[in-house]
Amino acid sequence: MINRLKMIYLAAIFLFLYAPIGILIAQSFNESRYRGHWTGFTFKWYESLFENENIFEALSNTVSIGFFSALIATIFALITCIALREFGKKRRAVFMSVANIPILNADIVTGISLMLLFIGAGLRLGYETILIAHIVFNIPYVMLCIMPQLVSLDKSFYEAALDLGASPFQAFTKVILPEMRPSIFAGFLLAFTMSADDFIITYFTKGAGVDTLPTEIYSELKLGIHPEMYALSTLVFFFVLIFVVLFAMTRKHLADKEVF
Amino acid sequence: MFRTAGMRNLFMTPFCLWAGIFIFVPLFCMAWYAFTDESGFFTLENFTLAFDRPYFKALMLSVALALASTIICLILAYPLCLILTDKARDLSTIVSLLFILPLWMNSLLLTMAWQTILEKNGILNQMLRYFSLPDANLINTPTAIIIGMVYNFLPYMVLPLYVSLSKIDKRIIEAARDLGASYMQTFWKVILPLSLPGAVSGITMVFIPALTTFVISALLGGGKLLLIGNVIEQEFVAGYNWHWGAGLSMILMIFIVVNMAVTAFFDTSHEEVEEK
Repeated sequence: MINRLKMIYLAAIFLFLYAPIGILIAQSFNESRYRGHWTGFTFKWYESLFENENIFEALSNTVSIGFFSALIATIFALITCIALREFGKKRRAVFMSVANIPILNADIVTGISLMLLFIGAGLRLGYETILIAHIVFNIPYVMLCIMPQLVSLDKSFYEAALDLGASPFQAFTKVILPEMRPSIFAGFLLAFTMSADDFIITYFTKGAGVDTLPTEIYSELKLGIHPEMYALSTLVFFFVLIFVVLFAMTRKHLADKEVF
Repeated sequence: MFRTAGMRNLFMTPFCLWAGIFIFVPLFCMAWYAFTDESGFFTLENFTLAFDRPYFKALMLSVALALASTIICLILAYPLCLILTDKARDLSTIVSLLFILPLWMNSLLLTMAWQTILEKNGILNQMLRYFSLPDANLINTPTAIIIGMVYNFLPYMVLPLYVSLSKIDKRIIEAARDLGASYMQTFWKVILPLSLPGAVSGITMVFIPALTTFVISALLGGGKLLLIGNVIEQEFVAGYNWHWGAGLSMILMIFIVVNMAVTAFFDTSHEEVEEK
């Protein structure tokens, strides 16, 4: 009985979470370009998706800003975390809370305050200002991923490498980096995801004519979303789903191996 | 890792410069606008403005809706996380991944889909009519905005809560049961106190974005229900008065600072990591 209730509860939550996704997917196959009117099944939005230059440009902006902001934020966070490791707990906590300001603050405040800075400095709002803003909020996300593993890393490996004649740079690239790979990768991936999904901060730091996918969607809201956007979301959804399933399967595979 | 403190400080320099330019100077710019009027003179009017009727109404509505959706998220998340931590490990990984999956979808489009569900001739009402039940007029009401907030921010409640619940040693719960505590007693006296850090970080992670959103209210409130985020956005984007917008943003920051203080008080997670 209790088990049954639990399953019903889980099912209800998943229905709540996936109902809107189901609607997006249905919409992408809908003949009508208006929401909520089903007029027949079609693949035409998938065909026109590849000819839609607005969406293509927004997509390439999203991917390139996501990639470069995640990359630069990861390098930045790594350098900072290495230095922070040497500070005492108290001072480290102070620096970490300063670093966290952009994500603890409301997006709207972070976005507007950066916009005021860019305008005050006489910069033209555009691709570069979005990129800077995304690096600003991505650094703390990467630091949150890297810091715990770096703090618990055994210092003696690094010192052994130095004693055996490696230069500090060699010891870093051959000993520290390989150890840190999982958390660096996790930080990079988290940063990319945050960048790709950010709307509010991008909205305030972007200039006319430059759009990422979220801001492109927002500007389409007033006149009705182009159904190609639904097609793109459906493709993204299945792409991520396959990725997640593969990930879960390899993890299970690894876990099984450990047992035997 | 460094032989000298000088080397360490050298590695720290880029971050200090970066934080100065891109964290502190922007906030200073914001404060500058908030404390001056259009001719550049010092004023406190941008703050007292928040007590004018339309602004005060928006602020109170934002606080009320953010509180309501935070509480609903908390109530929904506890049973969910307890069920997830209870499940066998294989299954729980898959279920957790299914839970994270919607986060990769664009939240604007998903909120838009809620419009399709909730609107007058939307999917919900069509289903109600099918069962000959009366229509639910949800679109453009505070309820619709709360549904949108809960939908968007529930994962931010579930993730920290799940982490802190799964850290609880199962034997402690079993011991409480063996010593005669009922399910409810075990929950209130053992599980709740031990999962409090996760719940607190979940609450702050839901409350702040819910308090400051302008997108969800624009999509599901039909532009009639103004939240404080909508007011600030209009002051800046529609070019009304940046000084007013900055003053209202500073008032939002009071909430955020209180929030940060509460989180810092409860958050001991990153200090537990063992140092070598």
